[in-house]
Amino acid sequence: MAEKKFRVVHYLNQFFAQIGGEEKANIPPLIREGAVGPGRVLQKILGEEGEVVATVVCGDGYFAENIEAAAERVVELASSYKPDVFVAGPAFNAGRYGVACGGSCSAVSEKLGIPVVTAMYEENPALDLYRKEVYIIPTADSARGMREAILKMATFVRKMGLGQEIGPPQEEGYFPRGLRVNQFVDRTGAERAVDMLLLKLKGEPFQTEYPMPTFERVPPSPAIRDLRSATIALVTSGGIVPSGNPDRIEAASASKFAEYSIAGVDDLTSDAYQTCHGGYDPVYANEDPDRVLPLDAARSLEKDGAIGKLYDLYYVTVGNATSVASAQKFGKAIAEKLKAADVDGVILTST
Amino acid sequence: MPVVHMASIVPISLTVGANRIVPTVAIPHPLGNPELAEDEERELRLSLVKKALRALQTEVEEQTVFEG
Amino acid sequence: MRLELGIIEIDDVQFGDETRVEDGTLYVNREELIDLALQDDRLAGADVELARRGEEVRIIPVKDVIEPRVKVSGPGEIFPGVIGKVGTVGSGRTNVLRGAALVTVGRIVGFQEGLIDMSGPGAPYSPFSRTNNVALILRPTDGLAPYAHEEAVRLAGLRAAVYLGKAGTDVAPDEVEVYELSPVTDAALPRVAYVHPLLAQGLLHDTYLYGVDAKKILPTLIHPNEVMDGAIVSGNCVSACDKHTTYHHVNNAAIQELYRRHGKDLNFIGVIITNLKVTLADKERASDYASNLAKLIGAEGAIVTNEGFGNPDTDLMMLCKKMKAYGIETVLITDEFAGRDGGSQSLADATPEASAVVSVGNANEVVTLSPMKRIIGDLKPAEVIAGGFAGCLAADGGLNVEIQSIMGSTCQLGLGKLAARGW
Repeated sequence: MAEKKFRVVHYLNQFFAQIGGEEKANIPPLIREGAVGPGRVLQKILGEEGEVVATVVCGDGYFAENIEAAAERVVELASSYKPDVFVAGPAFNAGRYGVACGGSCSAVSEKLGIPVVTAMYEENPALDLYRKEVYIIPTADSARGMREAILKMATFVRKMGLGQEIGPPQEEGYFPRGLRVNQFVDRTGAERAVDMLLLKLKGEPFQTEYPMPTFERVPPSPAIRDLRSATIALVTSGGIVPSGNPDRIEAASASKFAEYSIAGVDDLTSDAYQTCHGGYDPVYANEDPDRVLPLDAARSLEKDGAIGKLYDLYYVTVGNATSVASAQKFGKAIAEKLKAADVDGVILTST
Repeated sequence: MPVVHMASIVPISLTVGANRIVPTVAIPHPLGNPELAEDEERELRLSLVKKALRALQTEVEEQTVFEG
Repeated sequence: MRLELGIIEIDDVQFGDETRVEDGTLYVNREELIDLALQDDRLAGADVELARRGEEVRIIPVKDVIEPRVKVSGPGEIFPGVIGKVGTVGSGRTNVLRGAALVTVGRIVGFQEGLIDMSGPGAPYSPFSRTNNVALILRPTDGLAPYAHEEAVRLAGLRAAVYLGKAGTDVAPDEVEVYELSPVTDAALPRVAYVHPLLAQGLLHDTYLYGVDAKKILPTLIHPNEVMDGAIVSGNCVSACDKHTTYHHVNNAAIQELYRRHGKDLNFIGVIITNLKVTLADKERASDYASNLAKLIGAEGAIVTNEGFGNPDTDLMMLCKKMKAYGIETVLITDEFAGRDGGSQSLADATPEASAVVSVGNANEVVTLSPMKRIIGDLKPAEVIAGGFAGCLAADGGLNVEIQSIMGSTCQLGLGKLAARGW
């Protein structure tokens, strides 16, 4: 009995789809029946198991300037061919093409829920933008690596089309996505630790289970020129909230931040405020919440004219097991609010 | 707009990238010290917040810990 | 120091007229256990329930888990300086009710307890889904201050475990394990120390060494047998995933593994205890002192475990860096908080010297726990315990939680087989 062929939709830019060069970079998304250009090589390798039923094409310039709309349109066009797998590129070192491939894959994965894969060179700026959400296969830096790239992509497409599990990057050859995934293994942590130490002591190669990360840096903001006319805001990750924790900020792994008014409040007292942070001894903060959010000191400096104004609202979350991704999200949102309110500087306290 | 991070475990503040850092007392009471009398504690808190404000007024090129 | 652990295999737990062990079953006199708990008048109420492996039972909120043991011969008492009299432990014979556990249950501060599922998707994440659990549910008197509440529950649990342990006094063990650091003649075997940081940060974050609050100690040396024989007791329960329960302390997996390899692959030269405190100065002081001790005793390599997360990551990095400066190679055992999608930085601190790390899992991983037929304790705190969140408790009693809330899921002593890998 013949197995049903899995259906593949391929995405290419205007150049590899043989429509034109830079002069055609502004064409909006369109769709062609069957395989086009490098897609034909892909089809050859897939043989009887899978069929490249259509190719979506978009100009690199158009996509880069209309990322959301273009991605949406790509999804629309692709879905009309009912694909089982979506594959884009290879984009090699072309930045706009990389964005188009990554962006299309991301949108298709989210909207159509089908497996997706793309490929690009390790220095393509789009790599870091999409590697977490989308499988990306390493390629050479130019089309001279086309044959090899298509070969690797075909292997992936085949696996996905046949519904096979994609294993870890070391085995499957895609760029590590920067995701930490749990699994039960056959040796305990202690056994693995002693094994690793013995190798290390012998000077033999070993694999760390967690490579040390490098953290992002942001450039420092310019200093406040005139403090006496400045508006200063208070923000804390120490979980100081009105009694009862009305917005139910979690004791750990906070999913939110909150905003509260301190207009007319000169001092945080134990009857009106509490801590909801589960990662430190709460007794001192509950006795006097100013010990974590120094409102009384800030207010007194405002009264003395040392600062122009203490902003009427303060922001709080709980920094206990809260992920960097969440913290960044909260930070951005809080920053936007503070900017919109013309706040000049922030005192952020942590526990 | 500049931000000053008031925190006790300065290495973490440095690792995560804060540019202006004021070291504080201890994790459960960064801006306090329960061993001090009330008014001494308020003095301590005031001086730490003043230091924070000085940090906001200081131009920095790289991560800077405001000790002293 | 020669310690014999007489292992008595317990494969069932039942209520009975007399607390005793018979044919692998631990019988518990419920009234006696309740009376024992209520000896402390800071406790207003106590109850006892049993949970066995495979049952559709959830125990929540859990503070500590303790293995019942009894000193049969040799010096020292169980939990010296806390329940037993002060005196060195780690030699003679201690009988162990292996497969039994005393679990203290009841809400203390609220967010700092955990859960144990005896079956279902949550069971593989906790070693206590496989023990026969005697759950001691404790209620404080009204208005009891938090410190007093924690202490009352801690002591009641330890007292109860000692009481149950006595049932093993005259029982012939199924197996006797012998622990002795025999002298190593092969000079080629590397000298390996175990660096053991203890959480010492205040209410519900404390640990006790021979009854001394670990906040008050400077790093020190100790024989592994002392740790295995109850010198360290937990006062701690943040977060459930990576706190060292008292059970974990006596069954320290890192010590067990180093002992296993002693004389064969390495020379296990001893244990350095240090603490994880709340000021920068204390962290510098402790890591300096512990690294100096490691150098002093001639360590060439060290396994370093950790307790908790966040600020203790700094202690871990300091220890690693300072030992490396002395030429001592380290392997660190740590868990991760990489966010629910696994895509965030896992640790609060980092240092390039930490080139050899064992990861016991991302504690933010979310799992769906099935509803259980019986709840020991109270299900409502699920939404406030670390790893839980508003709406995580379904109407049918199912739970969608981070494994952070499951007792022992990412214990950094390395007892479990969970790992996190980079994908």
